[in-house]
Amino acid sequence: MADLLSLSAVEARAALDAGDVSAPELTGAYLAAIEETGALNNFVAVTADRAMEMAEASQARIKAGEAGLIEGIPVGVKDLFCTAGVASTACSKILGGFTPTYESTVTANLWREGGVMLGKINCDEFAMGSANETSAFGPAVNPWQASDGTDLVPGGSSGGSASAVAARSALLATGTDTGGSIRQPAAFCGVVGMKPTYGRCSRWGIVAFASSLDQAGPFSRTVADNALMMQAMASHDLKDSTSTDAPLPDLMAALDKGVKGMKIGVPSEYVMDGMDSEVVALWEKGQAWLRDAGAELVEISLPHTKYALPAYYIIAPAEASSNLARYDGVRYGLRVEADSLDDMYGETRAAGFGDEVQRRIMIGTYVLSAGYYDAYYLKAQKVRRLIKQDFDTAYETVDAILTPATPTAAFPVGRKVDDPVTNFLNDVFTVPANLAGLPGMAVPAGLNADGLPLGLQILGRPFDEATLYSIGRVIEDAAAFDAVPSRRAGGA
Amino acid sequence: MSVDKATVARIARLARINVPEDRQEELVGELNGILDWIAELDEVDTSAVEPLASVTGHGLPRRSDEVTDGNRVDEVLANVPETAGGFFVVPKVVE
Repeated sequence: MADLLSLSAVEARAALDAGDVSAPELTGAYLAAIEETGALNNFVAVTADRAMEMAEASQARIKAGEAGLIEGIPVGVKDLFCTAGVASTACSKILGGFTPTYESTVTANLWREGGVMLGKINCDEFAMGSANETSAFGPAVNPWQASDGTDLVPGGSSGGSASAVAARSALLATGTDTGGSIRQPAAFCGVVGMKPTYGRCSRWGIVAFASSLDQAGPFSRTVADNALMMQAMASHDLKDSTSTDAPLPDLMAALDKGVKGMKIGVPSEYVMDGMDSEVVALWEKGQAWLRDAGAELVEISLPHTKYALPAYYIIAPAEASSNLARYDGVRYGLRVEADSLDDMYGETRAAGFGDEVQRRIMIGTYVLSAGYYDAYYLKAQKVRRLIKQDFDTAYETVDAILTPATPTAAFPVGRKVDDPVTNFLNDVFTVPANLAGLPGMAVPAGLNADGLPLGLQILGRPFDEATLYSIGRVIEDAAAFDAVPSRRAGGA
Repeated sequence: MSVDKATVARIARLARINVPEDRQEELVGELNGILDWIAELDEVDTSAVEPLASVTGHGLPRRSDEVTDGNRVDEVLANVPETAGGFFVVPKVVE
C-alpha cells in the first residue's frame, strides 16, 4: 500500500484512468493511513463509510468515461467547511455536534469534480491561531519531529490539513487563510499551500472568521496537484456577493511556462530583526534559482509592511466579534441554560468559546465600541489602504514577489509564551496578502539544520494565480524537495 | 489608550460573555499588551487616506428582488437546542 500513498494526485488520476488502481483501493489506502497516523490528531472525524461510497461512485464514473478533475482522489476537509450530514464544528465547543443540512460551495465543487471525502480535519478554534493549539479537539501534531524527538506544531490555523497531507493521510486537503492560515502551516509541514485572490473561492458555507480577509484554498504535496485542486474548487457563486466572475485561467497549462523574462520583486522590508539565518539563506537560494531559470530579480520596497500585523489585529478581531455574535445558544450548537435570556447568552458564550477566541472577540468589541471606532478601526482601515497601495505600486514594475513563508521553522507543541503578541508574529510575512486581497503560495524549498522543512512564499497580482503556479513549479524543480516527514519515514 | 478592570467588564458585557472576576483581572494585562502593540499605527500619517473596507474592486452585485429560497423550517430547526411548535424557545423576556 505504501506505493499508493506515494502517488501525487496527478499521478493517481492517470493510474485511475488507466485502470492500474481503483478508486476504492486508493481511498482504502488513505483510510488505513489515517488510522496509522492517529497519534497526529489531524482528523477530528473520519467518514469512512461515506468515503467508500463516494469512491465506488467515482469508480463507476471513471468506467463510464465521465471522470471529473479530481475523480477518485481522497480529500480531507478542514472542519471550518460545512458538510451536509457531517458534524461541522470549527473545532469549537460552541458548535459541538452542529450538523449542517447544507454543503459549502467549495466542498460541493470538489465532490462534483469527483473528490472523495475522507473526513473532517483539525484546525484552530474558529481558525484563530497559528499553531493548531486552540482547537477544542486538542492540538494536531506535525509529522516532522525535531531531531531530538520533540513533537512540533503543524502551524495554524489549517494545521491539521497541512499535517495530514504531509503525513500522507490525505492526498489533498482544503484550508482557509485569513492571515496566513494556509501558507504558514504549509511551510511548517513541507507541503504546498495556496491562498487564492480574495473572491476566487466562494465563502458560502465556510464558518466566518473575518469576512473581508477569509479565503479558502488547497493543500497538496506538489505544485501540479495544487493547481488541479484549485481548478476544481474555485467558482463564481451568487451566494457570496464578494465572489468574482473573473474567469479562472487554465492553471495546469501555467505549470510549464517557466519564468524566463519575468520580473520578480524582493521586498527589502521583509528582512526582519531576529529572523532565522537559515530562512534568510533559503530566501537567497530561491532568488538564485529563479535568476538561473531566466527571471530578473528586482529589489522593491513595501514601506508599510511593519504596520500590516497591528492593522490586521484590529480588523480581524473586529470582524470576528461581529461574525461570532451569532453563537448565542438559540438556534444551534451549545446552550447553557440560565434564568434570563442575557445570562443564557453570556454563560453559553463563556462556556463555548476558548480563551483565544474570547480574547479576540473582546478586542474586536473594544475597537468597535463608541469612542474608539475612529482611533482603532477606521485607522486600521486607512493603513490597510496604504498596504494595498504599496503592492499596487510594486506590481507596476514586477510580475510577482518572493519572500520567506515564515520567520522560523515549526516550534514545539506546548511552547509557553508570555504574551499573545509573540504568537501573532508567525504571520508577519503572510498577513499583508490578506489585507491587500492578493494570491499567495507557500512552496517547500529545503530543510534546516535540524531537518525541518522551510518554505518560500510567492505573492502575485490579483487574479493572477497562474503566474504563481509557473514560479512555484520552478522553485519545486530547483529545490527537488523529496524528504518524507520523520513520523512517516520511520513509521508513525 | 489602555483598559482597566471596569472597562474589561464593560466589554465582556457588550460581547455577551460572562467573564469571571479573576479572569477579568488577567484580561486587563492581556488586552493592554495587544493595545500597546497596535498603538504602533499612530506613527502612520493617514490624514489624507480613505479607509479601505473591501478589496474586491467591484460593488455589490444586484439581482431582481425575487424569492429564491425558503420554506425550510425543518432544516432551520434541525440543530436547535430547544424548539416548540416550529419556534425557537428562549427564557422568558417579558413578565
